[in-house]
Amino acid sequence: MDRRTFLKIFGSGVAGATTGNLLSPGRSFAKGDLSGQEFNGILVDTTRCIGCRRCEKACAEVNGLPIPDISESKNEDVLKEPRNTSDTQYTVITKYETEKGTIFVPKRCMHCNQPGCAAACLVKAMKKRPTGHVTWDSNCIGCRLCMISCPFDIPKFEYNKAMPRIQKCNLCYERFKKGELPGCVEACPTGALMSGSRRQILEEGKRRISDNPDKYVDHIYGEYEVGGTSHLYLSAVPFEQIGFRKDLGTVAYPEYSTGFLFAVPFIFVLWPLAMLGINRATKKSKEDEGHHEEHHNEKGKH
Amino acid sequence: MAGEKLNLVDVVPEKQEGPSFKRISDFIDFIKKELKPRGNIATPFNLISLPIMLLGYVLIVLRLAYGLGQPITNLNQQYPWGLWIGFDVVTGVAFAGGAYVLCFIVYILRVEKYHAIIRATVLNGFLAYLFYAGAIVLDIGRWWNIYNPMIGNDFGVNAVMFLVAWHFFLYMLAELVEFSPAIAEWLGLRRLRKILGIMTLGAVVFGITLSTLHQSGLGALMMMAKSKIHPLWYTEFIPILYFVSSIFAGLSMVIFEGSITHKVFSYQVDASHHEHYNDILVGLARICSVAMFGYFFLKVLLVVHEHAVQYINSPMGYWWLFEVIGFILVPCFLFASGAQQRNMAMIKFAAIITMVGIILNRLNYTFLAYNWYVPLSEKYWPSWIELIITASIILTEVWAFRWMVNRMPVLKAPPAWAVEKEH
Repeated sequence: MDRRTFLKIFGSGVAGATTGNLLSPGRSFAKGDLSGQEFNGILVDTTRCIGCRRCEKACAEVNGLPIPDISESKNEDVLKEPRNTSDTQYTVITKYETEKGTIFVPKRCMHCNQPGCAAACLVKAMKKRPTGHVTWDSNCIGCRLCMISCPFDIPKFEYNKAMPRIQKCNLCYERFKKGELPGCVEACPTGALMSGSRRQILEEGKRRISDNPDKYVDHIYGEYEVGGTSHLYLSAVPFEQIGFRKDLGTVAYPEYSTGFLFAVPFIFVLWPLAMLGINRATKKSKEDEGHHEEHHNEKGKH
Repeated sequence: MAGEKLNLVDVVPEKQEGPSFKRISDFIDFIKKELKPRGNIATPFNLISLPIMLLGYVLIVLRLAYGLGQPITNLNQQYPWGLWIGFDVVTGVAFAGGAYVLCFIVYILRVEKYHAIIRATVLNGFLAYLFYAGAIVLDIGRWWNIYNPMIGNDFGVNAVMFLVAWHFFLYMLAELVEFSPAIAEWLGLRRLRKILGIMTLGAVVFGITLSTLHQSGLGALMMMAKSKIHPLWYTEFIPILYFVSSIFAGLSMVIFEGSITHKVFSYQVDASHHEHYNDILVGLARICSVAMFGYFFLKVLLVVHEHAVQYINSPMGYWWLFEVIGFILVPCFLFASGAQQRNMAMIKFAAIITMVGIILNRLNYTFLAYNWYVPLSEKYWPSWIELIITASIILTEVWAFRWMVNRMPVLKAPPAWAVEKEH
């Protein structure tokens, strides 16, 4: 790297650290693409899920993760425990006993429209792609603020590796670019998972609810939660019964830090001016200064 | 400077003129000489601290080789941040806040009374950033990428963490510039000393601005943990709470550190300064008391504002009251009455309680009141390795501080040639 490049990069870093937020507060996470490209996502109809865990196996195969045993006897065992995604499982099915009987819920990254993880990332390793996929890159420094900033506790960290990564579902971004379906969607035998543009799956969800008002609760989880997500859920029972938080609100998570970020450029301009002003105003007149110096020299201290 | 292994001929001109370097080899010889320990090596402090430090370094190597998982740290998927971020970095930076507060008082408001302690405070602040904030290298999982936000791979300019990272870096430079006249005096570099002296005001103004932003920025990091931090602690004004608390956290550290250094290095301090020092402590106690009262008021106001009062009568509510009454209101009154009665013991006691309170507060945000609904058995507690490495970093900082105080004009008067008009 020659000096010019270094200065250029260093300069833009300083400028970014100081004024970048004024120029584009909250714009790094796509709020929708001008080209008209839509976010893609998956509609999860929990009334159709049978808990076969084929999506888990397909996901592991696609992403090079340890392949789970999904025989019926094994499934019974595994599903007894409450489950969560991990650094080796991007998607897991959890079993819930509810007022309408047993319900299986596949969980993975919600691919928020404005993800907290991406807004938290200081190197844009977590990114919201214009196609809706939230992906992770290896320029990550491993600070784990994405884990803290995710309302769904999705990003997982490989604690037991010397060269750890952040692990989570990326909505099969690589397969999407090749025109293929996400691994889990392709493997689902019951049509519990349906992929498509967010508009399509939202319409489909609404259609299913209005066609079967007795079957579903009148709510699509993810339509408005945390500003909307690209993963949408349908349910037969209120969502808190199948492990969804209802206290997350409808504000997009990055909005919570914009208040602070907006204040940054103002402080950066006003603070130095105010301080220089006070410094000039408190300067002693010449006579005082002389007296002051004497006093100083007497003590031999400064 | 007991036990100094120098002959008298060396000592006398050095005190007056500082060393002079005609050749590079002179400089290397001087540094070599300065690197050697002075005085009695087998002091109780050294005998206790050295084994801890060495054990810590071994454990640091193991952490880099094996990653952050068990048994190195107890961090897990529910608790991504633990002692190293919560205490070393976030609390350490709050404790280092004394430097920017005193710089504001001395260089901006020109209150000369506090000038005598500015160098020790700035040095402490600088070393705190270097070591405690430097401890972040151990905590970040992919530490070999740490320069990425600096070189633009990639600039996440809208991330609070990006701002904090850059501000840490720039503030360390600003503090180095603020302290550098002492280094120039140590090396006897007169012309450089003059230039660095002129740069002080700029560094101070820049440094205070950076401090305002990253002290509050550390709080802003937690803004998106809205659903995880207990409502008594989570408010949209966390950044302001962090900033206000850094004022008295930093000054309490100045009182605490000062009362130790003035004992340990008392031979370096002239008599008039010793007398004067109590006045300084009383002044600092008054500032702390006022800042803490404001902070207490804010804490209560925000709980009402966020409609969190209903949580007071619950276990977490008692924990909140414990922090707010025991570690804010009580030391606030102790500072006030200690200053009123000129009771130095009371002021120092208040400083220690305040520091414990700041540790509690910052740990509340990182893990104690974070994911507060998780049962106690699943909660994160620091592992012994995390504790030893933390202790080893603190002790290393103390060694570095001692080394510099023993050699540079930090507490002792600067050489005669350097005493000149500064503003």
